[in-house]
This record gives sequence, C-alpha cells and structure tokens, in this order.
Amino acid sequence: MKVLVAVKRVVDYNVKVRAKADGSDVDLNNVKMAINPFCEIAVEEAVRLKEAGVATEVVAVSIGDKSCQEQIRTALALGADRGIQVETEGSVEPLVVAKLLKGVVEKEQPQLVILGKQSIDGDNNQTGQMLGALTGMAQGTFASEVAVDGDKVNVTREIDGGLQTVGLNLPAIVTTDLRLNEPRYASLPNIMKAKKKPLDVFTPADLGVEVTSHLTTLKVEPPAERQAGIKVESVADLVDKLKNEAKVI
Amino acid sequence: MTRRLLNERDIRFLLYELFDTESLLQRERYRDHSTETFQQILNTAQSLAEEYFENHNVKGDQEQPTFDGESITMIPETKRAWDAFAEAGFLCAQYNYDEGGIQLPEIVLRTAISYFCAANIATTGYTLLSIAAANLIREFASDPLKDRFLPPLCEGRFSGAMAMTEPNQGSALADITTTAFPTGDGMFRLVGNKIFISGGEHTLTENIVYLTLARIKGAPAGAKGISLFLCSKYHVEDDGSLAQRNDIKLSGLIHKMGYRNTTSTALAFGEEEGAVGYLIGEANQGLKYMFHMMNEVRIAVGAGAVALAYQGWNMSLNYARERPQGRLPSNKDPSSEQVMIVEHADVRRMLLAQKSIAEGGMALCMLASTLFEDSKTASESGQREEAQLLLDLLTPVVKSWPSRYGVASNDLAIQVLGGAGYTSEYPLEQYYRDQRLNPIHEGVEAIHALDLLGRKMRNGTAFRILLDRITATIRRSRELEETVGLSAQLERHVELLKTISDSLLAKLDRDIDLGLANASLYLDVFGRTVVAWLWLEQATTAALGLQRTPLGEADHSFYRGKIQAAHYYLYWELPQIEWQSGLLRELNPICFDMRNEWF
Repeated sequence: MKVLVAVKRVVDYNVKVRAKADGSDVDLNNVKMAINPFCEIAVEEAVRLKEAGVATEVVAVSIGDKSCQEQIRTALALGADRGIQVETEGSVEPLVVAKLLKGVVEKEQPQLVILGKQSIDGDNNQTGQMLGALTGMAQGTFASEVAVDGDKVNVTREIDGGLQTVGLNLPAIVTTDLRLNEPRYASLPNIMKAKKKPLDVFTPADLGVEVTSHLTTLKVEPPAERQAGIKVESVADLVDKLKNEAKVI
Repeated sequence: MTRRLLNERDIRFLLYELFDTESLLQRERYRDHSTETFQQILNTAQSLAEEYFENHNVKGDQEQPTFDGESITMIPETKRAWDAFAEAGFLCAQYNYDEGGIQLPEIVLRTAISYFCAANIATTGYTLLSIAAANLIREFASDPLKDRFLPPLCEGRFSGAMAMTEPNQGSALADITTTAFPTGDGMFRLVGNKIFISGGEHTLTENIVYLTLARIKGAPAGAKGISLFLCSKYHVEDDGSLAQRNDIKLSGLIHKMGYRNTTSTALAFGEEEGAVGYLIGEANQGLKYMFHMMNEVRIAVGAGAVALAYQGWNMSLNYARERPQGRLPSNKDPSSEQVMIVEHADVRRMLLAQKSIAEGGMALCMLASTLFEDSKTASESGQREEAQLLLDLLTPVVKSWPSRYGVASNDLAIQVLGGAGYTSEYPLEQYYRDQRLNPIHEGVEAIHALDLLGRKMRNGTAFRILLDRITATIRRSRELEETVGLSAQLERHVELLKTISDSLLAKLDRDIDLGLANASLYLDVFGRTVVAWLWLEQATTAALGLQRTPLGEADHSFYRGKIQAAHYYLYWELPQIEWQSGLLRELNPICFDMRNEWF
C-alpha cells in the first residue's frame, strides 16, 4: 500500500512571530522554519504504518518554493521513502493546495493520503476536506487513531462530544489531530540517508493546475497587548466591569 | 522574544558569518553534507535537549544520585536522556561512515552539544566523557581493543570515564601510586584507589570503560613512569558478551555543590585479586595519551561553561524584559507606570557584561573547534600544523577564560533578579553552583596558567601565528567606520601583551619560581586579549552585515547589539590588562614574598 503524506513549511512553533512594519504580512526574514507540527504527526503515522508492514512506500509531498525541500528532506529523514515538491511561488491558498494535491494523487495513486488537520500559520483547516471533495475519496478528519483493516481504514476522530470511529473504504484521506502519535526525531544517520533519497519536482502545469488566487490579505497586525489585571471590590463591581468596560455580558 | 536554549540567531552568525563553516563542504570528507544537514542535525540536538535534558535539570540537582553501599540510584530521566542522545547517533557522529558515524565536522558536533549543555550540564557530562574516552581508544588502542570496546561505546551500551586522580594526588599527577602488576599474558592487574572520578559509576549503561593511569611495577618515578590502561566494570568476552565483574568497586559517592547529577566517585581497584587492565599503547607513555583525552575534555569544559553563562544570561534577560520595577531617575511621578527593569542603566550594564562573556566565550570555543578541524582535515600540511600549534597555545585559555568569567556571568545573572535570583524558584543559583566546578576540574586554573606561560609560550611560532591573525583582523576592522576606533583600541593592548610576554619570557629562567609566580595574572591578560580580538572580529562581521540590503529590523538590532557588546568588552574589560601588565612587567613579588608564618 502506498501512503502519500503532505508536509508544509511553516514558522517554527517556538518562534514568536512579528508583523511586518507595513502590515502586509508576517515577517519571515531570518525566522526559523520547520515542518508544520500536524504534518509531522502525519509523517510519523505513515512511517509507523510502513514499519508495521501495512504500507510499502511513503511519499512526502510539499508545495512551495525551493526552500520547502528542507521540510521534504526532514520527512525523508523521519522515514519517508521519496519526496515530491510542487514548485510554486508566494503563498498558496487551501483550494489551490487541494487541487495540486489532487494532481499528485492522480499521478501516484496512493491508497491512503495523510495530512495535518491544519497548519499553524494559516489555521484554515480546509485542505484535507477540499481534497476529499475534489477526489471523491472518503475522509476521516481529526484522527486520534488510524487502523488499516484490509481494504478499509478505521479512523477514530476527536469530536466535541468525545470520540467517533468511522470506517472508510480505501483509498481514503486522513487528517491528523495532536494525539494521534508522538513524532520521533530525525537521527543523524537518517538525516544523511535522506540526502540520497529521490526528490522529484513538478510544476503546477505538470499537474494540470492553474494557480489562481481568490483571497487578498488586507492587513496583518499583532493582537492587542494584554492589559494588566486589576482587583475588584465586589461581585457587583465585577459584573459592572464585565458589562460596561469589557462589554462581554 | 523569550529565549530558551542559547540563541539561534547568534549560532547562525557564528557558524556562517564569523566562521566560514560552509567552506568545510569543499573538503572531501564532508562532501555528503550541506548546510541543510547541519541545520537538521542542530534541530535534532535542540529538540532532544529540550525534551530529554532540560526536563530534569532541576530534578537531577534536587534528587542527586545516591549509593546505599550496594547499588546506586538515579532519577530515571537521566537514562532516558542518555538513550535519546545515543540513539540519535551523537556519540560517534564525527567518525567515519564505516565506523557507524556520519563524518560530522567538529564545529557542528560541538555546537549541537552546546544545546545539551545549556539544557542540562550534569547529564550531558556523561556523554562528553564517553565521547572523549572513545576518541582516545580510537586513536591509541590496539585493534583488538578497538574492536571490542569501540562499537559498544559508539552505540551507547558502554560509557567511558577517566580514572586519574587519587586521594593524595590531584593536580600532581606525576606522583600517582596505583600500581599495575604484569600477569605474563600481556595483561595487568591494577591495585590502587581513585577519587573524584566523574561518571565512574551510574545506571545508564551495561558496562563502564575506565581509562586508568597507573604505574607498572618497577617503572621510573614521576611522569615518565606512568602508563595508561583500559579497565572495564565487567569483563568483555571475545564475542562481545559481558562476563563477570572486574575487581573495581565503588567505595562511595562524593556529594558536590553543583553538577550533582554527574556522579563523582571514589573507586577501589584491586581490593581482591587485582583489577584486570589492558595496556594502551606503549608502557610509560600514559600521560601523553591521556593528554589527548584531557585536551578534548578541557575544551569541552570551556564550552560547558559558556553554555551555563549563556543560559544565565538568557534567563536574566527574559526576566528583565518582563519585570516592572521602579522608575527612571528623571521620572518623579509616583502615579506613573513602573518600567521594566531592563530600562534601568545598571541592569543593562549587567546584561551587556553577560552578553560579552556568553557570546565572546562561544566565539572562543568555536574558534577551538575550527582549529581542531583544520588540524585534522585542512588540505595543506602547513595549515594543519599551524592549526595544531595555535590550538595547543589556546587550549589553556579555552578552558580557563569561560570558566572564570562564566562564574562572574552567572553571578551577574543572579544580581539582575535580585532577591528572586537568590532563591531556588529560579535556576540561576543552580547555574552558579554548577558553573563553580569549571575553574576546578580538568586542571585548576593555576595549572593552565603554568601550562600557558611555562610551556606553551616557549614556542614562539604559536604566539606569532596568533599575533598574525589578530593583526589581520585589526587591518580589516580599520577600514570600517563602525570599528575603526575598536581597531585602534585592540592594537594598543595587543602591543602591551607582546611587550610583557617578551619581557616575562626573557626573565623566566633566571628564577623560574618567581617567573611563574604571577602566571595566573598572565593567563588572564592573555585570555582577555584573545577574547577582545574575537569581539573585534564579531563587530567587523556585524558592521559588514549592517551594510546588507534589505536588512530586517531583527537583523539590524542583532548586528547593533554585537557592535555594542564589542565596545563594552574593549573599553570596559580589556583595559584591565593595563594595570595587570604593570604587575607582570616588574615581576611584582608581593604575593610571592608573602610567608606562610605571616598569615
């Protein structure tokens, strides 16, 4: 069984991001970048499926400029077998990502596609679902457990009321939640081996996709700074402040 | 803005802007690497350090290892950290591919290890000792010994320790008394006691390898009669399996002020039949081999001291940026908001002093790594020899300067926090206690001072190489507006170092006791000058960085900070050598003439 995992290059979760002075975007100059944590969980799950003898090949795909090859290499160091970069410029919105991934799915014909449920930069939580709609594949989102059983996969999902298990026919799409697994770290020998694994580069045109933009970013600004707390004299005071100052009741 | 381990921007600056680490990729040995693999390796180091080492830095201090007379107990996090370090491949990263390594350049390996030191110096201690022991065995032991002991050391199944110090012989190694009796089959039985053996016993690995100094029965007195032996806690069969226990017993653990999760042991060799030992290399050459390990560990001590200084600085900086207290002298309005303490000039002084020590020390240690690298892998033999000479000259400084000023730096970190810094609520008092070991172990400061003035400086070529490099920096920095003043300041003080070095060396042998009496002062003058050079080098690189366009706001601040710290070091710290040189020049005898009975 072939597994396709998508990895996105994002600002490292430890970095406190800053808006650019002109408010056009987040300042990415000289900022540490990493694999999106949810994508890292996706890679780990795919590698575990391979180690368990369920998957035979794990292909890691990323969409972006040349720098995203770094994240593909990291996925390869974590155990993926080969990589695919779809070369794009600038930021690409979820619908385009889903269309490009559909192109890769058609080329690669994986039985399982594992993606992070969302990326920590855009926080959109759309790509997996859109890919499901575009390909017609079954989807199990927010997975906390994935069990392949013959030509089916049982996905336990984290939902508001607790856990829900859905049985999907393969090929299927899974998006990962935080508790699915704990990703490993790339060992030094595996980092070196990853350099020798194949990495193919496609353009959107190779996949028959035209990159268009439907969204315009108007402004990026930092959240308001947190004000110092105060002590209130009485419950009545508190209610008054919540009502008239914070205007939340 | 909150800093956790070291400072990635500074690490990138040092690796790729100050030192041209990328140029190593042109060397045949590193053909398979790229700056990308270097970064991935540093990412792995940082992640493992944060998850497996930082988590028990405090706990390992509060619940230090205990010994009940039978066995040792340690917090379980220590072994998990050891295993994570070993499984990732850091124990043998610098070795050839066919030895299980990945041919990692020294500077990348040492930078990676700095993350572990910053997270938890005491637990990292076991890994440093083991790497150094394996390196010694790889360099000097016979093939059968290598085959038997190197693979398990690389995999982390065994660990290494060096057994040198004895109850009556610490700094004076030449007088050790542990005796090795030949058994006729090429092996020896060792009898004697060792003390302060770091990592001499623990629960991390299935076996421990001791590189042990002893005197073969009948060997000449002094340093010329010392041999080096490999002993192991458990005997190892030809097929690699473990056999019965060797006659090496833990007599007790020593409880320390800091570095508490690194066991410090008293070991009894040969209380019964004698501890089996294998001779490494030739008889009576032991100290020479041991210095191979010691020099490596000395540089590692300097790097550990830098990591502790760095962490103290990071924490006190984070605190100063978030802690409101008081108002500026110009503000008399008590109803106005308090300022963060970083707004107070004296707090900035203390932060700047720490920055100059942490980043200056990091540059010094990375310089040592590049020299070590060049001594092994530079293409021309002349370059290799030059690097080795300069490394030998600077090793006492690389060990001592960060250790001495690391203590001063951690002291300032406590001061920034005030009362809070003195409590165990913050890790600063622990850093201070941990740091306090560094001027002591692997040769107390005075030993390195004697080594520098009494031995290393006698090689005029090495000093000349250093001066040439400093002169090259002075020339380059003279061309830039930002650094022209700094350049002149360093030049004046380097002249001073030259003059007093010549004058001291000329007088040294007239009365060697008096000549070496002020060696520690000389070590300090020398160390300050070398670090001032590296600060000028950093300021020059930063000044060039400022000229790049486009330049982000964060980079602009970073480069300005470098230039400001260079000014601090060259105008506040370096001029101390003026009065120090005065004392040295006249062979000032005040301490020397003091008599025991006058105390």
